[in-house]
Amino acid sequence: MIKSKSAYSIPGKLGKLDTHIIVVWVDNEAGVLARVVGLFSGRGYNIESLAVAEIDPKLNISRITIVTTGTPQVIEQIKLQLKKLVPVHKVADFKREDKKVIFKEMALFKIVGNKNKKDKALKACKKFNAIILDKTNKSYVIQITALRREIDLMSKNLKKFGLISVSRTGAVAMTRGSEVFK
Amino acid sequence: MSKLYSGAEIVFKCLEDQDVKFIFGYPGGAVLPIYDELKNFNFLKHILVRHEQGAGHAAEGYARSTGKPGVLLVTSGPGATNAVTALTDAYMDSIPLVCISGQVPTHLIGTDAFQECDTTGITRPCTKHNWLVKDIKDLQKTIHKAFEVATTGRPGPVLVDIPKDVQFQRTGYSKFKKQKKLNGKVKNQFSQKDINELINLMSKSSKPIFYTGGGVINSGPKASQLLRELVNTTGFPITTTLQGLGSFPGDDSQFLGMLGMHGSYEANNAMHDCDLMINIGARFDDRITGKIDEFSPNSKKVHIDIDPSSINKNVKVDLPIVGDVAEVITSTIKTIKKVKPNFSKSNKQKISNWWEKIQKWRSVNSFDFVNSNETIKPQYAIQRLYELTKNKDTYITTEVGQHQMWAAQHYKFNKPNRWMTSGGLGTMGYGLPAAVGVQVAHPNKLVIDIAGEASVLMTMQEMSTAVQYSLPIKIFILNNEYMGMVRQWQELLHDKNYSESYTAALPDFVKLAEAYGCLGIRATSPDELDDKIIEMINTDRPVIFDCRVDKQENCFPMIPSGKPHNQMLLGPKDQKDNKITGKGKTLV
Repeated sequence: MIKSKSAYSIPGKLGKLDTHIIVVWVDNEAGVLARVVGLFSGRGYNIESLAVAEIDPKLNISRITIVTTGTPQVIEQIKLQLKKLVPVHKVADFKREDKKVIFKEMALFKIVGNKNKKDKALKACKKFNAIILDKTNKSYVIQITALRREIDLMSKNLKKFGLISVSRTGAVAMTRGSEVFK
Repeated sequence: MSKLYSGAEIVFKCLEDQDVKFIFGYPGGAVLPIYDELKNFNFLKHILVRHEQGAGHAAEGYARSTGKPGVLLVTSGPGATNAVTALTDAYMDSIPLVCISGQVPTHLIGTDAFQECDTTGITRPCTKHNWLVKDIKDLQKTIHKAFEVATTGRPGPVLVDIPKDVQFQRTGYSKFKKQKKLNGKVKNQFSQKDINELINLMSKSSKPIFYTGGGVINSGPKASQLLRELVNTTGFPITTTLQGLGSFPGDDSQFLGMLGMHGSYEANNAMHDCDLMINIGARFDDRITGKIDEFSPNSKKVHIDIDPSSINKNVKVDLPIVGDVAEVITSTIKTIKKVKPNFSKSNKQKISNWWEKIQKWRSVNSFDFVNSNETIKPQYAIQRLYELTKNKDTYITTEVGQHQMWAAQHYKFNKPNRWMTSGGLGTMGYGLPAAVGVQVAHPNKLVIDIAGEASVLMTMQEMSTAVQYSLPIKIFILNNEYMGMVRQWQELLHDKNYSESYTAALPDFVKLAEAYGCLGIRATSPDELDDKIIEMINTDRPVIFDCRVDKQENCFPMIPSGKPHNQMLLGPKDQKDNKITGKGKTLV
């Protein structure tokens, strides 16, 4: 149980923690990311990963994708609090297990080693849409797109093939099929 | 080509269009262009405070007593940071404020310039929204938007930060058309189905209670009127939160008094034992709920609130109704009249046992205290103050602490917007500047700040403001030389280790009053109290009243930390030894 001495009441039983992907459409204006992130830190919510970029330059709309964990009540609060922010247009919420939604993250791996090691690393990456972005005699920079846990696993497994640097994005999400979230 | 106006002029043109009559402020380098224009606009009066926190609280007092947004004008850097406490206070208690702050010129932003601070960054978590206006073309739109955000939906503070160079730049000003009252980002989401379900629950209940809060006051005077009608129609008991006092007549027989940590025995027990709780515009604050797990265990809970994020935040409810209180009550009353015209009659029988039970709790008389002939008991002082002022339309503000709770317990309010107190943030030093703001809005009314000697010293400098504008506010200090609430907690929870809660060198408040140019009155014994209070009321100038009260008195009843509603401490007359032990000690 998480101990809290800040409240007057004794903290109640904690519910089950779920991982959710929250997608927020916001006006791309100064400080908007700080508002969203500040809401999370100020109210003690988690951020596992975050991805943000402008998606509509004409309407100035940015799309923020946040991976977070929380009890159902906390997730509900996150959504309601986000909706209260003035620059927020809409908020979508997906469970990580949701089959109707695609989640993807991207990672860059720098592999340094002999040809044998480099090729083994490339082979291991193959099923994650591996692309070689840069190669020298001694090194590869490989890009993969995959799920979070797959990238976690790869960054562990590639160590033995000379992985010396990892750079990765937060998750982005999109619903399957012809529908869009309104 | 249309006329061009400077940024400073546009600020005033916007304020004029927003029908702002008073602005509380303090000049400084980064707002000088705005102050320079002040003389050209006669529609509003500037009230010069002595500290920006005072400007904020005065604006809050103005807003709470009028229902209109309070406006303050501060300079960059320290001006803005000084206003942060007041903005946070307004945010917690949902008070509409518009704070206009100066900023260093745009080309200096980010260079650690003189009196620069990241104002929008600092105030982001304590405002509903804030803006840094870097382009003169955005200024008009932004200020009008600021008023809209502050006053619609759940009200709250906003801030507009205007760099000095923008105040000098010129652009056109287009005619402003005020839209009719919007609901902010929140639309009225409730449907007739919700109302029908509410009435269904009401007619089934045999132990109902209304639990109402500041949302009723914020919804406007009509909401309080409607609440009375609803409570009368149903015959249900009603309790209000600290912020809800005045939304229902304090001397009505259906009113159980305030609930919560220092609320009445009957209100808290009724909350605990009820089978239907109808929360109207309150937010299940921790001072209300006590121990969450044991909060009103057997009741269906209905929550009427304009802010969807209030629903299920602390307490899970069975029927949420998101909407403006006045509109929800209107539609409820309408439906009752249509569907159950005999509601009150058919219901009377059903809840008669419940009322009997409540009467039993009531007979405990939990606000009672042991009076004295030698020393003035603080509760007695407030009772006398109430009796001697109740026939006037009196406005009460308070500081924070024991005196605040005693005021809430013993001063009865019959109208909304007459009671201004810092509930959410609990800001010591709120009451005096708030009284300034209230008196500005209601120059001919009696305005009293019920204060503690520790709190009032935090913003004492605003007496100078009161004197400058001939605002005859009355500062009624219950002086026990202690930070009373701190001392009470130390007595109950920290083995009477009164660590730093005694103020050993207090000023002579009568002389202090004279130094400020107002009247000082001191009362030290109960038999002189009435005459002195009458003298205070009849004085047409600001008064500091030093009421020397019992130094040891504690505020009861009290729900101790970590206990549910039905385990209250009843004070010296209570026989039970209900001590706070173990876990309760670590809680605030």
